Amino acid sequence: MIEPKLEELTAHAKEIRRMIVQMLAESKSGHPGGSLSAVEIVTALYFAEMKVDPANPRSPERDRFVLSKGHAAPVLYAALAEKGFFPKEETYSLRKIGSRLQGHPDMKRLPGIDMSTGSLGQGISAAVGMAIAGKLDHKDYRVHSLLGDGECEEGMVWEAAMAAAHYKLDNLVAFIDHNGLQIDGPVSEVMAVEPLDAKWRSFGWQVISIDGHDFGQILNALAEARNTKGRPTMIIAKTVKGKGVSFMENQVGWHGNAPSQEQATQALAELG
Amino acid sequence: MSKIATRTAYGQTLAKLGEENRDIVVLDADLSKSTKTANFAKAFPDRFINAGIAEANMMGMAAGLATCGKVPFVSTFAVFATGRAFDQIRNSIAYPKLNVKIAATHAGITVGEDGGSHQSIEDISLMRTLPNMTVIVPADAVETGAAVEWAAKHSGPVYIRLGRLDIPVILPAEYKFQPGKAVILREGWDAAVFACGMMVGVALEAAEQLATEGLQVAVVNVPTLKPFDVDTVIEVAKQAGAVVTAEEHSIIGGLGSAVAEALAENLPTPLERVGIKDTFGESGTPAALLDKFGLNREGLSAAIRKVYRRKSNK
Repeated sequence: MIEPKLEELTAHAKEIRRMIVQMLAESKSGHPGGSLSAVEIVTALYFAEMKVDPANPRSPERDRFVLSKGHAAPVLYAALAEKGFFPKEETYSLRKIGSRLQGHPDMKRLPGIDMSTGSLGQGISAAVGMAIAGKLDHKDYRVHSLLGDGECEEGMVWEAAMAAAHYKLDNLVAFIDHNGLQIDGPVSEVMAVEPLDAKWRSFGWQVISIDGHDFGQILNALAEARNTKGRPTMIIAKTVKGKGVSFMENQVGWHGNAPSQEQATQALAELG
Repeated sequence: MSKIATRTAYGQTLAKLGEENRDIVVLDADLSKSTKTANFAKAFPDRFINAGIAEANMMGMAAGLATCGKVPFVSTFAVFATGRAFDQIRNSIAYPKLNVKIAATHAGITVGEDGGSHQSIEDISLMRTLPNMTVIVPADAVETGAAVEWAAKHSGPVYIRLGRLDIPVILPAEYKFQPGKAVILREGWDAAVFACGMMVGVALEAAEQLATEGLQVAVVNVPTLKPFDVDTVIEVAKQAGAVVTAEEHSIIGGLGSAVAEALAENLPTPLERVGIKDTFGESGTPAALLDKFGLNREGLSAAIRKVYRRKSNK
């Protein structure tokens, strides 16, 4: 990767992390852990990979992104604000009455949201439908989706996995934000989903395992997906839940609790 | 009188619409021969997507297709469409108000021999409770064709309830479907029947029978369960003073409930609800089942006589 690009992405990621912490502290509600773990993935998509235009958020030719793990809405909102889809100040309205920034992404309210999500397992199916539409229309847009590792416990995910391979959707790329934790504890203790790589491979997907905080690896995997014909690609991204905030990292308790103002101040100091 | 299943009319109309509107795509879950989407699949194989036996993902894919400007018609049996995939319809279709048409066949007990596991008696109730959803229950093949054509042009989620059984064609070929409107098929002042689906034909038979006994019974076809035509219900109820509802569905949450809600809030009127009385169906021929559950001319006539007595004894 060219160095200036890496610097630029790193700067965006830092700003997005800061916005996540600030909006959650302001709303006193929301999901920091799984938002912070997905920052590099979402940043790479919006600032290096995807063709999207904040001035024309419904363009039929645009690349799509479906946040199947809809509770990580703050990372998507921060990225969209950073990209210019709406004013950054609006992120402070998160989860408040009348806000366009609902607790989970709402495509009817907020520009840049390609699919309303929140009920786990459903976003990946919608992404499969979008990819089929692209094939039907002979359009070259690409469809991206982000799943949680715990989300892979939903049976619907595997229905979608089967369909995507059956219809040879090489215009579809999904990520698993593999941070290893879900609400009730470690994913391995709540419900064993492993081996995720072998499972997705056996369902007919190309599987690439990477460090989900390394921009070089993320972009290389996306390039490999673009060059793969005849099957969809799953990028299993090993991540740290709560990444970037020392007291949140790998702590299951930070799945769905917002930081206090004091905690936010400390977090922002750490993020720099 | 010719007999044709509403699912058959759906399949024919869909194949015709496929020619006119290239944005229409059809999804099915391995039941295309039964739901009659096979007609479309044969004519337009590229725009037919078999989801396999995976209804949840089928609804999700339809939602995704709709976000890209497609007009997806999704079909499977009503019990699977609305029961198994309820959360997908709720969160991926109704909540974002996406342009997906759910045309569910084999609704009600006239599925017959397959039995209670396959007989949807709660689908109207489930769909009616969802914001943004339009709910249509066509009375015959003519109304089915008109409703499917309307749904294809309408922007937003629509649920269309269809049957397996061949039923009489009761509406004239020139019948025009008006969404959200109930249609008075027969005037009467002693009592009124509000019916949907195959029970509209039964209601006309019952009214005919009761006329020979000196009772003049109005028959109103209510094809749109949502949005609900409260005005017509009140207008007809005011004239008749006694009301019966008739549906091949649970009396909880369907047409009977919708009429009860409208009357209770606006014009309390003696009401009898004919339908499935909070029980599951079972195996049998459709005719035997309709007799057992009282969804026939005799059962409906008895309810009309009863409500007329209640009105008269007030």
